[in-house]
Amino acid sequence: MSDSMNTKQEDRREFLKAGALVAGVTLGPGVLFYGVAHSRAPEEGASSNQRWGMLIDTTKCGDGCNDCVTACNTENGLSGHTGPQDSQWIRKVDIKDLRTGYVQSLPMMCQHCENPPCVDVCPTGASMKRADGIVLVDRHSCIGCRYCMMACPYKARSFVHEPLTDQNPEVPRGKGCVESCTFCVQRVDRGEQPACVEACDAKGHKAMIFGDLKDPESEVSKALKSTDSVEVRADLALNTGVRYQGI
Amino acid sequence: MAQQLCINQGECRTGQFISLLALGGLVILGALYAFFTLEHHGHILTGMTNQIVWGLPHVFAVFLIVAASGALNVASIGSVFGKQVYKSRAPLSGMLALALLAGGLAVLVLDLGRPDRLIVAMTHYNFKSIFAWNMIFYNGFFAIVGLYLITLMDRRLKMWSKPVGYMAFFWRLSLTTATGSIFGFLVARAGYNSALIAPMFVIMSFAYGLAVFMVVQSSMYRWNGIKLDEGVRRRMKNLLAVFVGASLYFTVVFHLTNLYFAKQWEFERFILLDGGIYTTVFWVGQVIIGGIVPLILLFMPRSKDAQSMCFCFLAPLLVILGGIAQMYVTIVGGQAFPLVIFPGHEVQSSFYDGIVNAYSPSVYEWLLGMGGVGITFVLTVVAVRVFKFMPQDDFQTLQSRRSTD
Amino acid sequence: MARVANLPGLGKWFRLAVCLGAVAFMAIPSMQAVAGVDLPKLEHGKGDKCVDEEDYIRRNHPDLLKHHRDDTLRKGIRTTKYSLRKCVECHAGSKTGSVASSKEDFCVACHSYAGVKLDCWDCHATKPGKRPVNQTAQPSLSPLMPSHGGSQ
Repeated sequence: MSDSMNTKQEDRREFLKAGALVAGVTLGPGVLFYGVAHSRAPEEGASSNQRWGMLIDTTKCGDGCNDCVTACNTENGLSGHTGPQDSQWIRKVDIKDLRTGYVQSLPMMCQHCENPPCVDVCPTGASMKRADGIVLVDRHSCIGCRYCMMACPYKARSFVHEPLTDQNPEVPRGKGCVESCTFCVQRVDRGEQPACVEACDAKGHKAMIFGDLKDPESEVSKALKSTDSVEVRADLALNTGVRYQGI
Repeated sequence: MAQQLCINQGECRTGQFISLLALGGLVILGALYAFFTLEHHGHILTGMTNQIVWGLPHVFAVFLIVAASGALNVASIGSVFGKQVYKSRAPLSGMLALALLAGGLAVLVLDLGRPDRLIVAMTHYNFKSIFAWNMIFYNGFFAIVGLYLITLMDRRLKMWSKPVGYMAFFWRLSLTTATGSIFGFLVARAGYNSALIAPMFVIMSFAYGLAVFMVVQSSMYRWNGIKLDEGVRRRMKNLLAVFVGASLYFTVVFHLTNLYFAKQWEFERFILLDGGIYTTVFWVGQVIIGGIVPLILLFMPRSKDAQSMCFCFLAPLLVILGGIAQMYVTIVGGQAFPLVIFPGHEVQSSFYDGIVNAYSPSVYEWLLGMGGVGITFVLTVVAVRVFKFMPQDDFQTLQSRRSTD
Repeated sequence: MARVANLPGLGKWFRLAVCLGAVAFMAIPSMQAVAGVDLPKLEHGKGDKCVDEEDYIRRNHPDLLKHHRDDTLRKGIRTTKYSLRKCVECHAGSKTGSVASSKEDFCVACHSYAGVKLDCWDCHATKPGKRPVNQTAQPSLSPLMPSHGGSQ
């Protein structure tokens, strides 16, 4: 991991946190402020002082366990079907080393790259990266050209092939646009964990740690510092937000 | 009906003209039907999936766009390199370039997931995206080639045709470079990700564009009962042969390079040996039908009386078919080969990781793709009838030139 | 058959007729409006009043929503005053529970009257959440937090 990613701007962060707290309190009733490391007031936007990321320990990931996928589908209103035209934001991939025969199972989704190829290739700028590193599709300007799907090295994106109804109010999705894992941005902005991580914890596997990569005190940063982890397709030098341990 | 009312040269065969229009119009109607159906039901009706995201419509669209740039070649040789034989063909070449581009772009747009947001694509540009640059190049191409056509066809503006021709020439090279780079810049996929793709597309555009030009020219001459001058014919067939040869050369170098890189072996094995339909389309379509057979036809010595058909119509027609085959292998084959996410591992998932992705285009994709051809066809038929696009050679000059050449 | 060369002969009368015809055709819908289409009857939303003056909202809601959507999506600003989701929560019709399922529903009633195409509901939910959003709950940082549907 690059050192710059963890560059500490503690003072500024503390200041923002305090400011947000004041703002939250000033707003008065109805607004509850969570005093955890990565929560913030609604009117405070995503900040580049944070970078959301994840460490996935493949040795803890359960073979045959699909809970992260199910949780993602429920949270984001995906059908859960796995036909070639159905959306899958997260999937379990079973890999077997061709030389040694060693078998592993791991979840694969948008890796939230620092230099995302999908954002580079998008003609309209619909494919975008938030200040805090979450890569999203702005459906309001997505024209459905699917060039980002050609460019993504992780096959993380899906195209919505048919009209949808009854979406989750927090997760708009619709025909003709491209979509992918959002790190459950609607939850993260509330200070919660992505649904997949929560489900993995609930199952007791605890294979996924989510948090702020720029906060040296966060669980994910500490874990990353103490173990050897890799990014998938490290040869592409995309500096992914999701890293794996054990592969 | 009185012949002097005909604007066009030669015989005015209104009935046949109308039937040609009707044929083209029918094909366009089919594309519109497909478009509105897909607009309503979504791409679920197509054979395209989350694995094969670009399918048959893109094969046709990219072919037409690449051929558009190449069709302008004839005009460029006239204006930029000053060859008289090509100068008299410049207007037809420019018009064809516009018609081909219009057809190709129409398919591209009609296949979008949200075609209603075309205005977004025209007003929001991400300048890091080569796709966005392509949109600028396409729009600019219409403007510049349109202007070029005016300077070619209006006697008072003739003196501008050379500078504008130069501009069109460089614009066209940039356009095809950008089109090739749409694939060349895809860093993750084994089938693309090569600097060679852009120049290869430029060379192929020369071949495809000239082939389309020759087919149209032959048809026009035959339609009007005119015989193409032997010298002109020989020049054009030699030029086409050079371009087809160069395309083959680039194909060889492209695959040789890949064969040298161990990490690309699996992809090369897929395309060259055991990729099923893609291997077949590559060898039979792209290499044999689109390359070797036309070369044989073009260079085969034959008697004077059996000439015109094979040289100036069949050979370029095969080059066009080979071009569509090449696009199919490049675009669909490149995606059918599984994306390598974990090198050195056997991969399995619910999202079709690690397997060769199946693709069978539905009728809607065929309708959309053929619609692009239909648009090009109708535009060409109308333009050729309304304006004076028939290449007219000054035979005496040709005769005297040939004796001095 | 009229040939292109003959067109000038058809002259200005023909062109005038074509233009007039086109204008008349385009004027048909507005004439219908003049003839009197009933104003849409809008169901009153929940609560006493809207988040702003009604006139202001009526005139400016497209800009407000657009601005808010860009702030929320691109910058992560999650204020609720001009959020589309909040609109839906208050204005979902009592019959359908939706803002855009039937012709009487809030958004559709007005937009069909004004003849302005709505693009929102291709992607956005037209009903308030099926699953109530846990705004005031403790953050679920603890693995013991009940998940929304983690083990469905």
